[in-house]
Parts: sequence; C-alpha cells; structure tokens
Amino acid sequence: MPKFNMNPLKNPMPSQEPDVRNHNFKEVTLGYTAEMAIDEAKRCLNCKNKPCVAGCPVNIAIPEFIAKVAEGDFEGAYQVIALSSSLPAVCGRVCPQETQCEGKCTRGIKAGCEAVGIGRLERFVADYHNEHATVQATPVPSNGHKVAVIGSGPSGLTCAGDLAKLGYQVTVFEALHLAGGVLVYGIPEFRLPKAIVQKEVDNLKAMGVEVLTDMVIGRVITIQELMDEHGFEAVFIGSGAGLPKFMNIPGENLKTVFSANEFLTRSNLMKAYKEDSTTPIYKGKVVAVVGGGNVAMDAARTAKRLGAEVHIVYRRGEEELPARKEEIEHAKEEGIIFDLLTNPVEILPTPVTDPRDPAYGFVAGMKCIRMQLGEPDAKGRRRPVEIEGSEFEMPVDAVIMSLGTSPNPLLKTTTPNLDTQPHGEITTDPATGKTSIPGVYCGGDAATGAATVIKAMGAGKIAAKSIDEYIQSK
Amino acid sequence: MFKILRKESLNATVTLMDIDAPFVAKKAEPGQFIILRTDAEGERIPLTVAGYDREKGIVTIIFQVVGGTTERLNHMEVGDSLADFVGPLGNPTETQGLKKVCVVGGGVGCAIALPVAKKMKEQGCDVTSIIGFRNKDIVILEDEFKAASTRMIMMTDDGSYGRQGNVTVPLKEMLENGETFDEVIAIGPLVMMKFVCLATKPYNIKTVVSMNPIMIDGTGMCGCCRLTVGGKMKFACVDGPDFNGHEVDFDEAMFRSRTYVDFEKKAREETCNLYKKEVK
Repeated sequence: MPKFNMNPLKNPMPSQEPDVRNHNFKEVTLGYTAEMAIDEAKRCLNCKNKPCVAGCPVNIAIPEFIAKVAEGDFEGAYQVIALSSSLPAVCGRVCPQETQCEGKCTRGIKAGCEAVGIGRLERFVADYHNEHATVQATPVPSNGHKVAVIGSGPSGLTCAGDLAKLGYQVTVFEALHLAGGVLVYGIPEFRLPKAIVQKEVDNLKAMGVEVLTDMVIGRVITIQELMDEHGFEAVFIGSGAGLPKFMNIPGENLKTVFSANEFLTRSNLMKAYKEDSTTPIYKGKVVAVVGGGNVAMDAARTAKRLGAEVHIVYRRGEEELPARKEEIEHAKEEGIIFDLLTNPVEILPTPVTDPRDPAYGFVAGMKCIRMQLGEPDAKGRRRPVEIEGSEFEMPVDAVIMSLGTSPNPLLKTTTPNLDTQPHGEITTDPATGKTSIPGVYCGGDAATGAATVIKAMGAGKIAAKSIDEYIQSK
Repeated sequence: MFKILRKESLNATVTLMDIDAPFVAKKAEPGQFIILRTDAEGERIPLTVAGYDREKGIVTIIFQVVGGTTERLNHMEVGDSLADFVGPLGNPTETQGLKKVCVVGGGVGCAIALPVAKKMKEQGCDVTSIIGFRNKDIVILEDEFKAASTRMIMMTDDGSYGRQGNVTVPLKEMLENGETFDEVIAIGPLVMMKFVCLATKPYNIKTVVSMNPIMIDGTGMCGCCRLTVGGKMKFACVDGPDFNGHEVDFDEAMFRSRTYVDFEKKAREETCNLYKKEVK
C-alpha cells in the first residue's frame, strides 16, 4: 500500500503568475505533475461511506480512481472516471468542486484542513489520458435506432455519448458554427482551452456520432419534423440558456453596455481577443461587470486581459458571491476590483447631444447605490437593501451585464404541446428528463435555467438512460 | 458547404448571389434572415433573405459592400463556397388577411422588400410599391418590383430617375388624398423607416418595419440586437425582425447601429488593400 499523506493542505496548483497571465489568454492553471498527483492522491482516506461520490452529480467512483492515481496507474484511473463521465478534462477544470465532491470530503471537515484536490486529480488524469492514449474511440455496432440531440453543449454531448455507446445512431444539431455550446462560446480559453473541447467532440465523432453545425432546430427543421419525416425515434433538447437578462435601468442600451453573453461570445467563439480578428470587441478603459457568478468572473477576467481596469459590481457581499471559489481568488489575484454591496441604478451617457456624432451614446459612468444585507429571503440568502442617500458615480466607459439568462423562446414557439414553466424553462421531470411530448426529453439549462456544466451533464446522462428505456420498450 | 451558384452585380456596391442551401430554402419566408460567414475565420453577419427556390434548394441574398466581410464576400465567385449559412432566422413577415398594402423600399432595402411585395401580390393583394434610391445609377430591381406591384412609384433623391424626392413624398400625398392601406411595410435605412412611420402615424395606418441591428449569434443568445419597442426591450433575432414601426425607438436604433463604425471602416480598407496587393 502506498504511504498515507498527512498534509492537511492540498498540493497547490501550479499556475501562471497573476501579473503575467492577466495579459494573455493562455490557460491560467498548468496542472499537477505526476509526482504532485500521486502525492495528492495519497491524501485520500478511502472512506467507507464515500461522501464525495454522493456530492458528484454524475457519481464518479472517486476513491477508486484516486487509489489508481496513488498507485501510479493513471490510465486505469481514467478508465474508472470514463465509466461515469464523458468530459473529465472539462469537469476537472470547471466544476464547482467546493460545493460538490470536495465539499463533502472528510479531509476538509476540520478547520484549517483542505479537502483532497479531487478536481485537480480528475484534470490530471484526463490530460494524461489525452496525451498518452493510443486507442481511438470506435463506433459500437448500430442498433438501428436514430436519436436527435439538439445542442452540443455539456448536456447534449453527454447524452449523445451515452447513447452512442449503446449503439444508437445519434445526430447532434448545433445552431452555431462550432460544436461545444457554452464550453466554446461562454467559458474563456484561459479557463478551458478550446482544444480540449474539440478533442471531446472529435471523440464523439469517432464513436459514430454525427454533428451538424449551422442547424437552428425549430426554424430549419422542427422537432415534429425530426420525428415524423427524418426518422428520429426520440429527441433530446439541450438547447441551453437563452436571452440575457438586463436590469431595466436607464442607459442600458448605450453603445458600450453589453451582456456577458455578447462580450464572451465575441471574445471566445469569434476570437475577438486576437489582434487580427474580423469580429470587433470594445476594449474598455474602465469596465464594470455587474453580477457575481462564474460568467461575471469570466467576463471580468477577459476584459482585464484586453487591457481594462475592471470592477465587479455585486449587490450582496463576499460570502454571497455565487461564483466558484477558485475563480474569485484568481480574479482577485489578477487585479479585478470587487465593489461589493453595490448596485447600479443608472448608466450615464457621454455628454454629446448630437446623435450623429460618432462619440454619441457611449458610456461615461455608472450611478450606483450602496447596499446592506437585511433579513434572509425564502432561500435563506440575506436580502440586499439600499442605503438611502448613498448614491455615487463610478467613472466607467463600458458595462457588462452578467445577471443570468431566461430560456430561449424558439423551441417553445415552434413546438406545439411542448409545455414550459412560467419563466420559460421547458417542463421536464428531473428524474427522467421527460417533457410533455412522448419521445422528447430535455436537460441542462433549457430545463433548469442557468446552472453548471456538471449538472447539465448529469441531466444528459439521465435522459440518455430514459431514451434507451423508451425506445427499447416500444 | 454552401456554394455560390450565381453572382450578379446589381450596381457598383450591391451584389446578388444565389447560394446552394437546400435546408434553408425549404423553410425560408419573406422577412426572415440568414447569418453567414465567408470563411473559417470570418465574422457572422446577418442578411435578410431576398428570395428562395424551394425546388432547387437555392436562397438568394443581396448585399451592399459596407465592411470587411461584405468586401470579402463580394470578392467570392461562382463555384466558391461560404463556410456557414444559417437560417432561416427570425419571424416571417405577416401577410395573412391583407387586401391593400403599400410596400416602401429604400436603397438596398428594396432587395428585402421585394419578396414581401411578391408574396402579397401572389395572395391577390393590391400592392402599391414606392421604391427610392439616391440616384439613377444605383437603381436596382425595377422590373421585378413592377411585376410584383399593382402600381409602382420610383423615386430618386436627385431626380435623375422617376420622381424627385424621398419615398415619404408620394406616400404623404396618397394619404392626404384620402387613400388608405391595411398596412404599410417599410424596409430600408433606419432614417427612412422612421420618417415613413411619422407619415403614417397621423392616419393611424399600421406600419411594419424590418429591423436589422448588429447581431452575433442571431438565435437569441447574445442580446446584441436589442431594441426598444413600445418602451420594452425586444430582441430583433427572436422577437422580430419585423416590428410595429410606431412603437420602435428609431433614434436609439440609429446610434446603436453605429457602435463599430470606425472598426468597420478600417476593416474594409484593410480588406481592400489585401485584394489590391493580390492583384499586383
């Protein structure tokens, strides 16, 4: 047996220096070396009740894969993970481990102690496999059944992968010109290199999955037509989050107010961060990012890399920031300024009165009000309350709204009998992925509203299982 | 891939192309748009559908060279292929139940107004078309409009062809003379659409405009194409592109449309230089 590692703290993650990385778009964290991975794996107690597994939305056999790492059997570790997760290189990088597997880890319970670095180990194992694996994925013999998957984000890719493994002929329809969904248009290169996403997509293709880009289902082909005319026996909707939310305050339509979706799509999908890009992006001098989630951190760190002074403006406090802990730490290290307990009330225009003047309609500042935390709301989060008379102006020239999204109305309006929730989410049974239409399943943000990559993957897995049962019982 | 099957120069800066896009052709309706990329590094630009042939699987686009991408597109030839051609996007223009309409087109906007006029005419609608251009040299689609209209009025700003004046002149005359329409459909520059709406407002004639703001994904994700309509935020890609013109905040749409003017100008110049170098 390998010797147990008593260190109360995780092996630190090798990273680019903050003042170097905030000027480039290369990946921030560099990953464990084999020695670090083995050392970290030896911190695992291999608990009988495996609390970490219960914390994982796709129930990866965590102690088992870590034991393999401790033995130095990295490919063996990958095979354990692969039984439950089809995107480990992605999840090891973007999962909020501190509220999932690592949040339950026995090593992290005592004050001053840290959980085993499960996410870092997962990433190490996946990267090791991607670098060393010689065996290409191959198609499973077809069972003759066709399934359509709408959207190639985390839920769609997972659902497609699981069904392909069972022999289904799967076609993934992607609206954009590149497959990957939020992994491609939303999460920046410095947090999730696009080559990794491409590898996962290529892997699916090698398994026989057909990926069609530029296909906006609902418009070019309806769900009904997929089933009636194109021979798909079941359809999985993984169309993701939708329209960005705004605050409904004056000045929100000024030229340099962007949704985080727009700003990130320009930079990530359209590569506007590159000097020779054909897609423009506004590189502000002082940028305010409104919101405190992962998307807000991504937008802030992107704006910083484009050369701006960046402020996160969030109406609650540090404790309440919904972003992953590591993202907040990274953002702070990189020099992002956090203006907490602060809420915008108005975005102020440049003092130009002639609309034909090119300088007209840009942002010159943002009027904010200070907040304090009041009584807890229904979810137990303390409600932010305005402090009367505390308004002040922030001198900014661009504002990025990162307030979440509401579901895309396209499939709802083009699919009769597809029931939706009052806010537009597609009504879905979380235990099975079933929607109101027989044979049509749904998962990920389209069903739940904005959530995480791993939750979407979990939903894709559940739906794949249900689709298999549905088709086999026909 | 989406092959260019026909290319025709309509005037010095406006070009027509037929694109091989059978899936889009099967579903496209007047008023809808597509998004294209010329190549794998290209930006996404929206263009409204100018025509389609469902049998042959062809979609027609008509574009004016304004920036780097349209410049590049204009240098592509029959047999070349576009990297991406997505659609049809947006909601089709509503034509049902209309008996008498006035279709107002301005400049390259006429390319989009034409399929709407055509469809109305085919439905047996009485179609008055008013089409306007800066001068005679840039007149496009005259014969096509004649064929799609019960009556067609040609206007040029300088009077070098048809009547002199902008498109609102004959429209106002008709309305002042007591003529009325079930609907006026205006497609063209923002400022033209704004003034058509101002002309019809006193007569309370429903006026539909086709908005073409800056877009990226065009599928309801980025929020870049937002407009204020009736005091509310609307997204041209999923709520439009057609809107009730009397409710649209044109002034806001106009300044928002100029967000990247400097970038566009530079991009076009750089692209032009690139082609000049190639010629040498």
